[in-house]
Order: sequence, then C-alpha cells, then structure tokens
Amino acid sequence: MRAQFVFSEIGIGLRRNLTMTIAVIVTVAISLALFGSGLLIRKQVETMKSFWYDKVEVSLYLCGEGSAEPTCSGSPISDPERQELLADLEATPEVEQVFYESQAMAFEVFQEQFKDSPDLVENVTAEALPESFRVKLRDPTQFGAVAVAFQNRPGVAEVQDQKALLEGFFNFLNKLQLLALIIAGVQVLAALLLISNTIRVAAFSRRRETGIMRLVGASNLYIQLPFLLEGVLAGLVGAGLAAGALVAVQAVLIEGQLRPNLPSVAFIGWDDVLTTLPWLFLTGMVLAGLSSFVTLRRHLRV
Amino acid sequence: MIRLEHVSKTYRTSTRPALDDVTLQIEEGEFVFLVGSSGSGKSTFLRLLLREEQPTHGTVRVAGKELGKLSNWKVPALRRSIGCVFQDFRLLPNKTVFQNVAFALEVIGKPQHVVDTVVPEVLELVGLEGKALRMPHELSGGEQQRVAVARAFVNRPALLIADEPTGNLDPGTSVGIMKLLDRINRTGTTVIMATHDAAIVDSMRRRVVELDDGRVVRDQARGVYGSGS
Repeated sequence: MRAQFVFSEIGIGLRRNLTMTIAVIVTVAISLALFGSGLLIRKQVETMKSFWYDKVEVSLYLCGEGSAEPTCSGSPISDPERQELLADLEATPEVEQVFYESQAMAFEVFQEQFKDSPDLVENVTAEALPESFRVKLRDPTQFGAVAVAFQNRPGVAEVQDQKALLEGFFNFLNKLQLLALIIAGVQVLAALLLISNTIRVAAFSRRRETGIMRLVGASNLYIQLPFLLEGVLAGLVGAGLAAGALVAVQAVLIEGQLRPNLPSVAFIGWDDVLTTLPWLFLTGMVLAGLSSFVTLRRHLRV
Repeated sequence: MIRLEHVSKTYRTSTRPALDDVTLQIEEGEFVFLVGSSGSGKSTFLRLLLREEQPTHGTVRVAGKELGKLSNWKVPALRRSIGCVFQDFRLLPNKTVFQNVAFALEVIGKPQHVVDTVVPEVLELVGLEGKALRMPHELSGGEQQRVAVARAFVNRPALLIADEPTGNLDPGTSVGIMKLLDRINRTGTTVIMATHDAAIVDSMRRRVVELDDGRVVRDQARGVYGSGS
C-alpha cells in the first residue's frame, strides 16, 4: 500500500467536501468539550470534598493556640481534656467510630487538597490548623443530638456538619454535570449521524473512482481506508478544538479568576485537565472511526 | 482456463433468466467473440467472470478456481489477474493518461520505480508514447480506448475481457483497437470480447459463441457474426 497515494486521496476528499467536514469537526468539538466539562466537574466535586467528607458526619474542631472561641478560654486543649473527650465520644450510643486528626495530619490533608494553590500552602503551617475528632455516626440524621451534647464543652472550638454545609452546592454541581453529559450525548448522536452522512456523500461522489478501483483489483481496505481516515481525522481535529477550549477555560476562568479570588476553595488544577485530555482524543477517534466504518460497510460496495 | 457448467443467472427484479443453463469451456490463449442481440446475456456472462455477480445455479471456474467458493477478501486478487475494457472507456477524468494507467499498478501497491518503468512500455505498446501527459478529454475516442487497453494490460493479466470495446468508435478506429487486442492475444493472453460489430467478427475469423435469450445457440471455431452460410 502506498502511503502517499492514500494521503493524497484523503486530501482531495476532505477539500471536496469541505463544508460537511467543517460541520463534522464543529459538532464533534462541541460534544467532546461538553463531555470533557462533565468529567472536569466531577473532578472538581472530588477536589472540593475534603478527605473526610464521605467518611464522617461530625467534625469536632479542638481548641488550639490562639483559638478565640469562648469554650477555649484562650488556651489549647489539654491532654486529659482530649482523653476524656475521646472516651465520652466513644461512649455515646449514636457514635459508630471516632477518628483523631492531629495538626500534622491536618496539614498533610490540607496540602493534598490545595496542591494546585502553592501560594496558599506556603502561607499555612501545621500549627495554624486545628486538631479534630472526626465522628462517624450510626445514623447520619442524628447529627443534631451529638452536636448539642458536645458543643459547649471546654476544649471544643467548633462542631461542624460539613455535609449540611456543602451538600447543596454539590447537588448543584452534580446537576450541572448531568446536564453537560446529556447535552454531550445529544451532540455525540448528531456527530455520528453527520459523520455517517459525510462519508455516504463522499462515497457516492467518488463512486466512479471506487468502481474503477474495484475492477482493477484494489483490496477492500485500500478502497475504504481514505474514507475511514477522513472520518478519524475530522474526529481528531474536533477533539483538538475541544481540548483547546478546556485548556482555555482552565487558564482564563479557574487560574485567572476563581483561584485568586476564592483562596479558601480547592479548585482543579492543570494535572486534572491534562489527564482528561487523552480521553477526549480517544473518544473522538473511536466515535469517528466506528461511525465511518459502519457507514462504509453499508454504502460502499466492495 | 474458464469453465462454466450449467450456469443460470436470474436477476432479482426479473422473471426471465439472463443466462439459462450455459455450459462452456475456454482454453488459455484463445480469442473468443461473444455475440448476440441486446439482452442476450453477454454482459452478464462477463460480470460472472469478474465475480460482480454470482450465478443462481451452476459453477463458474476461472483459472481453476471455483468463483462460488471464493471468499470475499480474495476477490480483489482475482480481478487483478483479469484486465477489462469497456464501451465507455471508464477512465478517471481528473488524471493524465500516465496516471490512469499507473492507477492499476498503484492500487495493488507497486512501488514508484516499477510504475515509472512499466507504464511507458505499455503506452508504447498501444501507440500512445507521446501522449502520457494528456488528459482524457483531450483525446479522441480511439485514443481513450487505447489508454483503457493499456491499463487493462499493464499488469500482464492472464485474461482480458472486453465488453463492446468498439461500440463508441468509428470503423477505422475499431480496426486499430482490434489489432491491439490481437497482438495482446498473441502474447498468450486469453481474450473474450462481447460485441455487436459484425464486420470485426467476420474479418478476424475466431471462435464465435452466440447467445440468444441467455442460451448458447452457436459455438463455432472460425466463425462469422451471422449464422454463417
């Protein structure tokens, strides 16, 4: 098989059908951009959920150096106070399990969650983060009872129900992700049909050449390959555009606007985006290739 | 090298068979005229040899291979060993004469240096040496058909099929094409030619197979067009 021959046929084919090729590329780009956005929203939700989010319901933040809460009386929690607190927590019937997070551990978790904001991490030390007891309840709805019992205890700076805090927001993000994926799905369908139509028109308009190729004894693969590659190439270019769009959004929106203005929120970083990009290309190529292949089998007589 | 045994072919959209119980044998190196009125089954016969169609009954053998048993991916190889020439020339309009003939070599993957050697040779054989860079629409009908013959012959096939090659040509030019086919036949290539052209058939006196309504009604060794007397 002569590579040069195949490539020149592809070039001729693409140019001949330029408007349809552009339509394919745009549709593929939109669907893959939305698909990628859906993936990135999911990653954002994962990033925003702290280490403990899914594991416990109640977070008891303990008094540390310089805590201003009334229950702290200006000093960190003492060892006996800590032991007693732990014992009492474990004795509480609603409590299933208690985890202890030291300042050092808290700092590690903090570093991981905010790894894409190096400026923030630099300015925070382990001492600035509170130690905490993380409590898993047998029945998550019993948060109220546990909170009331331990809220005003000396040594406990704050009792937080993180789920209540963030659940609404995560619900919103999840709905957004679903919407993006649904639209992406519809666009993918449109892209598949467009690719199919483009290939069909191309096969029809080149039927004289393909007819002669058949009579002269060209193998089926040789006849089909230029069409297949045209489809895959359009899919690749579409994926490239989608990738560019996602990179632009990351640079302009997240790095440019959101991260500097909302320093306490963990946002997705470049590694999240870059690990999503290969999936775009793979999906683009596979979709385009499959659609082209199926169309050719039905419409190109070999 | 070609054997048809009780071959019948009925197209799906018709009730009358295009070919009806045809049994025929053609040896290597023969020159056979296939004659008959329109609709007698000449083109169907040739399409069966190229495996463009499959018979409804009977077996077709080309070069010892039974075409009915040939798997789909082996069909291109079969067609490479058969050269074809058609009434409407079937040249690629956007390619030069050289490129049209080279096409037959390129699609089977022959490297450029082979193409550059073989194509000029075969163009000389058909008498078109100086016209390698012309486009088909710049050539006369006879010249275009010569290009088609060059393309059919460039791979030195064992069998050359011609479906009314002189149909669009004037008598003088037709003779030229026939001389070409005759020369090709003398190199050992089997030639089967379907034709209406009585003058050509009569002047060459080769084997004539006459079809009528899909049946072989005459098979004569040194025959003429009409049922000779």
